[in-house]
Amino acid sequence: MISRLVDGVPRRALILLGLFLALLLVAPLLVDGYILSILILVLYFAYTGQAWNVMMGFAGQLSLGHSLYVGVAAYTAAALYVHFGIGPWAGVWLAILISVACGLFIGFLAFRFGISGVYFALLTIAFAEFTRVGFDHFDWVNGSGGFFLPVTQYSVNDPLNLRGAPVMFYYILLAITVLAFLFCRWLLTGRIGYYWLAIREEPEAAQTLGINVFRYKMIAVAISAGMTALSGVFFAFYYNNLFPEQIFSMSRSIELILGPIIGGIGSLFGPILGAVVLTVLAESVTEIMHALGYDIPGIKQVFYGLCLLVVIIYLPNGIWPPLRKRLGLGDHS
Amino acid sequence: MSLSLSDIDVFYGDAQALDSVSLEVPRGSIVAIIGANGAGKSTLIRTIAGIEKPRRGSIRYNGTDIAGLPSYKVCDLGIGQVAEGRQIFPTLTVVENLQMGSLLPRARGKEKATMEEVFSLFPRLAERRDQLAGTMSGGEQQMLAIGRCLMGQPELIMFDEPSLGLAPAVVQEVFHIIKLLHERGLTVILVEQNVAVSLKLADHAYVLENGRIVMDGSGEALLHDDRVRQAYLGL
Repeated sequence: MISRLVDGVPRRALILLGLFLALLLVAPLLVDGYILSILILVLYFAYTGQAWNVMMGFAGQLSLGHSLYVGVAAYTAAALYVHFGIGPWAGVWLAILISVACGLFIGFLAFRFGISGVYFALLTIAFAEFTRVGFDHFDWVNGSGGFFLPVTQYSVNDPLNLRGAPVMFYYILLAITVLAFLFCRWLLTGRIGYYWLAIREEPEAAQTLGINVFRYKMIAVAISAGMTALSGVFFAFYYNNLFPEQIFSMSRSIELILGPIIGGIGSLFGPILGAVVLTVLAESVTEIMHALGYDIPGIKQVFYGLCLLVVIIYLPNGIWPPLRKRLGLGDHS
Repeated sequence: MSLSLSDIDVFYGDAQALDSVSLEVPRGSIVAIIGANGAGKSTLIRTIAGIEKPRRGSIRYNGTDIAGLPSYKVCDLGIGQVAEGRQIFPTLTVVENLQMGSLLPRARGKEKATMEEVFSLFPRLAERRDQLAGTMSGGEQQMLAIGRCLMGQPELIMFDEPSLGLAPAVVQEVFHIIKLLHERGLTVILVEQNVAVSLKLADHAYVLENGRIVMDGSGEALLHDDRVRQAYLGL
């Protein structure tokens, strides 16, 4: 099972990956608090992008409503913590369960009744949107007024309750991202990876080959929603405040998928690279503009748009696939 | 008795595509289904494969009713199909395409042996085992589609327009392969525009018009039937 993860991966790819991981491991020792917060953002987008990629990149089902899974999971874990004192590591399971249930419900509606492509994407947007409206009026979690977690002093780290300094969040998120990466590799190299590939590339052919298309689409949605739930829980405990307008908003869904699109949909390292490139560049642009004395609100979004434009025109498969070819890292990373 | 359909009705919305279709496909035979465009030939194949659900009627395969069974279960019973337009995976290599064919439970563990068989049947595929399928010629892709279907260990293969868009020499080759598979004991359902060749090959043939079977008989008999000659052979 372990050998499956590294089979066929060129030695250089493993070495580069190891170096990259080592760099991420020591990074908090080398940087200040501001850079650390950006690195956390990078990991957040890398992980969530990876989760989205399971559905889109692996199984070919476009979701533009992943903020739904982030949101319901964030609210679930936060409400359990605030109302009942249940810690995030216990609450996360219920959060995952609810997210997966939402995903399966949407998936069932779509796949059972033959809704696919753009119409499926519209369905995912619709669910995210009306969940947002619902939470705006959900008094138990304070509706549109926002739901807040008690903020503690960052003097003692309490990883069991996800209370502590940013550096603790950084390492927890790093571990989750690495595990997700390995998990996705494991999925892709297994039988299910082949099923998804067939469903994504030629749905008709997949059916004639005797693949249970419905079931494997549902599994993709469940895994993707479950993984995304984890980023929701993290989001709640890292930012300590939740507003339906923000967390369920469509721009959040879009933000999540920019990384994998720019990095390379369907590839394993693409979402990570995309998150690094986008976040680091976007923050640099903001900083540079600030240093030059211009504070333009929304400059980040304009920058995202430009990045997307350039990548779609010049690198339709994303940055990673051509890059890995140039680095001689094989086709399957 | 291998496969028998009785009184099958299939609708697309309100439009009726098949109208009480009954036919028999004895084990080890080649049965041809001929008819004009839109007569319902592909629908018939898709219905047997479990992709379309009949509103009425039964489909019995080796004694069990398979009408309404999902397609992945039908495949696992040994009913394979080579779909119209080939539907190979262009971004995968020949070997990877073939591996895709052996994902069925019934084919598991037999992958290596079957692949050798496929390669001996199609030496061209063996030569190109690591080539991307999308870069091969139409004929080679059709060979690959047939090979991939064989990877699933079918007992009955349905061919939907296997000669579509192929050069005449390649068409010959495809029909030769179908004959070879039949000699090896496979049951074949052949849907073809190329009426003359398929009637020569077939033990029995059915003529489909507007979703109805209007005529049937041995391939030889239909080949000499005046109505068939006029309508489908242009003689």
